[in-house]
Amino acid sequence: MTTQEVTQVEMITVVIDGFEVTVPKGTLVIRAAEKLGIQIPRFCDHPLLDPVGACRQCLVDVEINGRAFPKPQASCTIPVEPNMIVKTQLTSPVADKAQKGVMELLLGNHPLDCPVCDKGGECPLQNQAMSNGNAESRLTGYKRTFEKPINISSQVLLDRERCVLCARCTRFSNQIASDPFITLNHRGALQQVGIYENDPFNSYFSGNTVQICPVGALTGASYRFRARPFDLVSTPSACEHCASGCDMRTDVRRGKTLRRLAGDDAAVNEEWNCDKGRWAFKYVTSTNRLSQPLVRNAEGVLVEASWPEALAAAAAGLKGKRAAVLTGGRVTAEDAYGYSKFARIALGTNDIDFRARVSSAEEGEFLAAKVAGKFDVHYSDIDAADHVLLVAFEPEEESPIVFLRLNKNFKKRGLKVTSVATKGSIAMDKLKADFIKVAPGDEAAAVAGVSLTAKSVILLGERASESLGLISAAVALAEKSGAKLAWIPRRAGERGALEAGALPTLLPGGRPVADSAARVDIAAAWGVDSLPSTPGRSTHQIIEALGNDELDAVVVGGVDAYDLRNSRKVLDVMKSAFVVSLEIAESSITSIADVVLPVAAVTEKSGSFLNWEGRARAFDAAVADSLNRSDLRILSALADAMGSSISLGTVSAAAREIAELGKWDGARVPFTPVAAGSAPAASGSQAVLTSWRRLLDMGVMQRGEDNLAGTRRQTVAVISPSRATSVGVSTGDQVRISNEIGSITLPVLVEDIHDDAVWIPRNSFGSQALTALNAVHGELVTVVKA
Amino acid sequence: MSKLTPVLSAHWDEKDSFTIDAYKRNGGYAAAPKALAMDPDAVIQLVKDSGLRGRGGAGFPTGMKWGFIPQGDNKEHYLVVNADESEPGTCKDMPLLMANPHVLVEGVIIAAYAIRAKNAFIYIRGEVTHVARRLNKAIADAYKAGYLGKNVFGTGHDIDLVLHIGAGAYICGEETALLDSLEGFRGQPRLRPPFPAIAGLYARPTVVNNVESISAVPAIVNNGPEWYQSMGTEKSKGATLYSLSGHVNNPGQFEAPLGITLREILELAGGVRNGHQLKFWTPGGSSTPLFTAEHLDVPLDYEGVSAAGSMLGTKALQIFDETTCVVRAVLRWTEFYKHESCGKCTPCREGTWWLVQILRDLEAGKGTEADLQKLLDLCDNILGRSFCALGDGATSSITSSIKLFRDEYIAHVTGGGCPFDPAKSTLFAEAK
Repeated sequence: MTTQEVTQVEMITVVIDGFEVTVPKGTLVIRAAEKLGIQIPRFCDHPLLDPVGACRQCLVDVEINGRAFPKPQASCTIPVEPNMIVKTQLTSPVADKAQKGVMELLLGNHPLDCPVCDKGGECPLQNQAMSNGNAESRLTGYKRTFEKPINISSQVLLDRERCVLCARCTRFSNQIASDPFITLNHRGALQQVGIYENDPFNSYFSGNTVQICPVGALTGASYRFRARPFDLVSTPSACEHCASGCDMRTDVRRGKTLRRLAGDDAAVNEEWNCDKGRWAFKYVTSTNRLSQPLVRNAEGVLVEASWPEALAAAAAGLKGKRAAVLTGGRVTAEDAYGYSKFARIALGTNDIDFRARVSSAEEGEFLAAKVAGKFDVHYSDIDAADHVLLVAFEPEEESPIVFLRLNKNFKKRGLKVTSVATKGSIAMDKLKADFIKVAPGDEAAAVAGVSLTAKSVILLGERASESLGLISAAVALAEKSGAKLAWIPRRAGERGALEAGALPTLLPGGRPVADSAARVDIAAAWGVDSLPSTPGRSTHQIIEALGNDELDAVVVGGVDAYDLRNSRKVLDVMKSAFVVSLEIAESSITSIADVVLPVAAVTEKSGSFLNWEGRARAFDAAVADSLNRSDLRILSALADAMGSSISLGTVSAAAREIAELGKWDGARVPFTPVAAGSAPAASGSQAVLTSWRRLLDMGVMQRGEDNLAGTRRQTVAVISPSRATSVGVSTGDQVRISNEIGSITLPVLVEDIHDDAVWIPRNSFGSQALTALNAVHGELVTVVKA
Repeated sequence: MSKLTPVLSAHWDEKDSFTIDAYKRNGGYAAAPKALAMDPDAVIQLVKDSGLRGRGGAGFPTGMKWGFIPQGDNKEHYLVVNADESEPGTCKDMPLLMANPHVLVEGVIIAAYAIRAKNAFIYIRGEVTHVARRLNKAIADAYKAGYLGKNVFGTGHDIDLVLHIGAGAYICGEETALLDSLEGFRGQPRLRPPFPAIAGLYARPTVVNNVESISAVPAIVNNGPEWYQSMGTEKSKGATLYSLSGHVNNPGQFEAPLGITLREILELAGGVRNGHQLKFWTPGGSSTPLFTAEHLDVPLDYEGVSAAGSMLGTKALQIFDETTCVVRAVLRWTEFYKHESCGKCTPCREGTWWLVQILRDLEAGKGTEADLQKLLDLCDNILGRSFCALGDGATSSITSSIKLFRDEYIAHVTGGGCPFDPAKSTLFAEAK
């Protein structure tokens, strides 16, 4: 908001319980009272939902210009007005009696099962019954009862007799998530939250309803009956599942994470998060978790080893060798910094790349030239935008909080959204987005044709690297129109890794490797004589080099071979190289590694992620007594064992170093635009493949979350109506998508997609595009009836 | 001299009164062309001048309501007629539509024209199939005659009228719940503001009027506001339908000027059933506080009834003689409110649940005197605390009956049950 806009807001002074308070026009009385520290009890009121005035708990006496309302008013629905005098329960006996009367009625039909209710101890009904209710009830008849509980999805349970019918959950689903899958049914005291008979509450955001339920009516299947709130130790944390950057709270009991909640951050996630962030944390305690270092013995078998043995074995295998570093997008900013420093000092190489996915040289240049070190696009820019262009970006699936922010702006002010994509989507429908439909590979030309203004925002997904010239087209459009351009990767650690210099052409802070001043800068800070000056290899080039014997060894952290193209080849070349793997759990890489060093998961360590804005999301260890250590601590020990210290004993040491390095104000890596590519010509049964990852899929960090998995979207292959006709199938029939590598057979969904294209989920059960087809986007496949 | 002033009901006794031919024979469809020749604002002024007030219960001046619709806003405007007559005792709109549906259709044409609405809706309760059929036929006939549709009466104006049949919910008589229901949602009252005049049906400026209010308009146009003004009392102008039911010899609808008394209407209706005396009555349906024989001379206009502590409401005069147990009657009404509570707000939803249980105990002789205080206190926590007037209405008969007949409640407590023989209050009791 600019200063000018701030001054334009009219301020109104009202008197509440004898105290004056000045608030912006439009502020609700209940909110104005909060500013004075006066808590008016409430249930249906929620600051981020539209007022409804249903529970009647917040009744207060109101007088305007000396004229009193004849009856108490719901303070959650009345905005302040000049010359308003409000008397809450603290000063008005009428308001006090009204509130106590409503509370008595709310409790009348509420079961006395607080001792076994998950909400007991953190329950607004319990708390406010104590603060604003009568000690005894006069209602001695029959209470309303229901069969309990009922599943409204595999992860949300409903105890109807506990419900106070505040409609927070239904309003959230309707207003915030645009997933109106739950609604109030029936009437009177038998009114109840319900779903359509055969349509469960499979919203990606359903967990928020559990969190905002003011009673124990909605509970999460994974947490139900697991703990009492007062036995939990809560730690502010950040979400590791995507680049949205949600503020979170992690609740731990006896060293075990039992639940995670959305934290409050008005600038980022407001008070919401997605179900993956909330309910995918058991991977930390999954059965294949690594706890001891492993070393491959003379017989070629991985055996448990002590830390000194393992570190010595790793150091022996790396020292003096031509080695590279692959670090995925899952590590924290500090850990990425550790890998970056380790590569340069201990291995003496710039062969490091955080992009454990399909990537391109165009992308590498773009990240170094246009993204690293720049922090100029934020969620607030979406709030101010006249038009948002989505490029190779499916917000609900790939960065759900960005979707919620887009949706908020669409709902509140009709924000115009345009998406250049191969396939329509649920999110596009919700946002009523203009859908510029292209064949996979033709995106660049379509982007060039969009007209934007200086108030527009372009949100560029990481999949832009999969379409030749698309990034260049987006850069050109931003330059031409003055629109802001933001790059939104999918994984939480990518942006932090970029800033840490985990890229072959970059040192920390966006400093170009090729710039001698930048190298001197960093070398001085690190206390070394010099840094390697040759730009390094990218992920794909590192794999190539390992295969060509140009490299002998590789340090791999947080990367799964199945994240990469040619995963079989990746594993093959790694088998013949010396591999040191830093991992939290067994993976395809640990199984072929020579030394495996177990590391701490997010809940066991402190650190930070940089979200897509570049905003630091710092967190402390939620599990205080974990024996596992952060990657950088282990890298530091390994560097010591190799005789070239990187001195990163703690996360805070790394954070301090990063802060001291400061900003780079020298020249940046230049960006050379790449000419627009085009889709290959498809004829007959050929189609051009397109795919992206769903929010809930086979991601390794969703391991062990069966309840969550139950709300996944169906795995389908999407084709256009005309292709359906030519293939001879309709929705529900099976099709086979194949190429020379392999095939995938899926039920078909006939939908809005380019006629030349076929879409499949990239990493869902029964549809793993990379491993099955070694293709993800823009490649020809054959689609036939199965 | 008869006190009756039949206008709406003037021809109900004609066998074909509901047909378009009968309506025209009796002067129908003359007002609409007359109104359509006037400036719309002049029509609004005419209705304002007549002093017509809403007949749905609240008595809000009809012309003023029309005047609230913003003009020149380039938005669709809608007229919605509330025919969801559901209150126990209220039986004026259904007989009117049964016998004379065209007067409503003509009223709709005039009202829609006045507020610049091209689309009008009648929301009728779902149970009255026969009335809905007659109304449907009337609308179809009006379309056929060129009174509805494109270029009505050849004036170049378009007015479409849709009959919407509700699913049977008392709450849908509340105007904002009606609008939600009409839009296809569950009928629950909306938060106001915005009022329907600003954002009503489909968030467009909307007038919601009762059947009788709209039906009064053609006669006002025909006879002029002065004629209408000449009937009624100082602030309650015109004539209206009083519906008499219960223990009376000749129940039915009596169209009379506002301000008539129950004593006068009872005379017209042949009195309370023979051999019995008036015990209590409702002036405006089950949600208005009870009256007794003391109130026989209260002028039945908005101000008179209000001054005597009740509400004119829908002018549904339910008459109960001394054979009736007031506890039983109040319990039945309260059961109705519990059944019809929409569930949106706590006081009405939860309050009616408990009121019924306490009243049941009292009627069965299982209550205590303390229960009366509990009832009154619960009513105090519901009245004026609920989201809409349905909750308020649920308390009226309870509080007024305890005030008027406290001894009778106590008799249930001390006597361990109801002292009345319910059979005696039935109409077939005398026949035995």
